[in-house]
Amino acid sequence: MRQVALTVNGMRHELELEPRELLVYVLRDRLKLTGTNVGCDTSSCGACTVLVDGESVKSCTVLGVQADGAEITTIEGLAANGSLHPVQQAFHDHHALQCGYCTPGMVMAAVSLIEHGEATSEAAIREGLEGNLCRCTGYHNIVAAVQDAAGAMGRAR
Amino acid sequence: MIPARFDYDVAESAAHAIELLGAGGGDTKLLAGGHSLIPALKLRIARPAKLVDIGRLSDLAYVRDGGTHVAIGALSRHAAVASNPLLAEHCPIVSYTAGQIGDPQVRHRGTLGGTLSHGDPASDLPAVMLALGAELVVQGKGGERVIPATELFTGVFETALAPDEMLVEARVPKLAASTGWAYVKANRRAQDWATVGVAALVHRDDGAVAGASIGLVNMGGTPLRARATEDALAGGSSAAEAAALVTDGTQPPSDQAGSSEYRAHLAQVITRRALEQALGN
Ligand SMILES: Cc1cc2nc3c(=O)[nH]c(=O)nc-3n(C[C@H](O)[C@H](O)[C@H](O)COP(=O)(O)OP(=O)(O)OC[C@H]3O[C@@H](n4cnc5c(N)ncnc54)[C@H](O)[C@@H]3O)c2cc1C
Ligand code: FES
Ligand code: FES
Repeated sequence: MRQVALTVNGMRHELELEPRELLVYVLRDRLKLTGTNVGCDTSSCGACTVLVDGESVKSCTVLGVQADGAEITTIEGLAANGSLHPVQQAFHDHHALQCGYCTPGMVMAAVSLIEHGEATSEAAIREGLEGNLCRCTGYHNIVAAVQDAAGAMGRAR
Repeated sequence: MIPARFDYDVAESAAHAIELLGAGGGDTKLLAGGHSLIPALKLRIARPAKLVDIGRLSDLAYVRDGGTHVAIGALSRHAAVASNPLLAEHCPIVSYTAGQIGDPQVRHRGTLGGTLSHGDPASDLPAVMLALGAELVVQGKGGERVIPATELFTGVFETALAPDEMLVEARVPKLAASTGWAYVKANRRAQDWATVGVAALVHRDDGAVAGASIGLVNMGGTPLRARATEDALAGGSSAAEAAALVTDGTQPPSDQAGSSEYRAHLAQVITRRALEQALGN
């Protein structure tokens, strides 16, 4: 067992973890933050994407102990003061989801992409979301939503 | 999928990591970005007794001007290598190729040292290092030694590193303005490993081709140099003629992504494309 401190969505948690516990299960099972989904469990689908120190990562492929001391943001941490994050709002406006299973990971990957200044064109967004699979939408509305959100977040700066 | 139990320690320095590796007697493994190792732990293909986490050694995450070469610290993440201006200026084949690995999430975690130490013949950067004639700096109990890329890759998931050694730096040569380059990766789906990949460097003298250096991904148990193609180009053959020789000495594997015959064909096609691209820039 190892003592680990994680700051998740601004809240500090001190946990005793087995080294083999994956970050996604620390978030879901220990902290009850079940917004982060497990899709493939084999690093392929991106449903488990969260931000670790501001960068998108697949939390099924990170050990909880590796995140010791890190700031983590999950889908639950995006909305502030009762209003949706611009990426969430754009997914809503563009109907960028059907079953919604991929959505938390898709939104987190998009937030990272936009904040790194990499959502510069439709092609760049399609490339930048290559680590996230959606089995429903055909991606069209997702890409439109991310393009819209990138514009909105750029204007807000 | 949950890995089998293992112990875990955080290395405070490269020397500390090497000490912990030595104390583990072969059953201890380094953990860098974890993006090859953690999937293997989850499938229980790898069952080390202990992991030594080197992922926090931020003093080994650097890209520095070394005079005639650029030095890249082993803990540099693929994303940092991909966006590095020094590499973009002096050795753009490295930064470009790092940006072709996996997807953004993978590039945020995976490290240069990890991809070079893992010995996966399907990985992109090992073949680039081979084509460049890069040098790898390795640290062990007795100090540092330098391994040429031509001697690093010894088999599928095997390298010339001793069990208690750690790769600390890669040195890539600064390319002359007259050197054209290309990395062409063929895969079936966006985030897949290369079915086949070709790293090409073409050296020109007064506009004429003076020599070439070509590294192949996934055309055998290790990354390979395409010597017959290189010799043909140096001897004045066209890109198409030289590319037809690329399968010489290769043993392309058969798997879900393609049969051995398909890979042999694909290698010829993308080698021609890589050479044309390299000659054009
Ligand atoms: C979904 C997915 C897609 C991917 N796609 C690609 C791709 O298209 N192309 C590609 O090339 N790769 C791909 N990868 C692999 C990725 O590039 C890995 O990051 C890389 O192969 C290993 O780097 P790491 O830092 O994660 O190493 P780890 O997984 O931490 O370690 C890998 C091995 O190297 C050893 N090791 C690590 N660092 C050192 C060191 N400094 N010295 C000595 N030994 C060391 C470890 O002990 C372990 O045995 C992909 C991975 C995933 C999960
Ligand atoms: S569940 Fe992590 S990538 Fe699919
Ligand atoms: S909305 Fe169903 S998987 Fe994307």
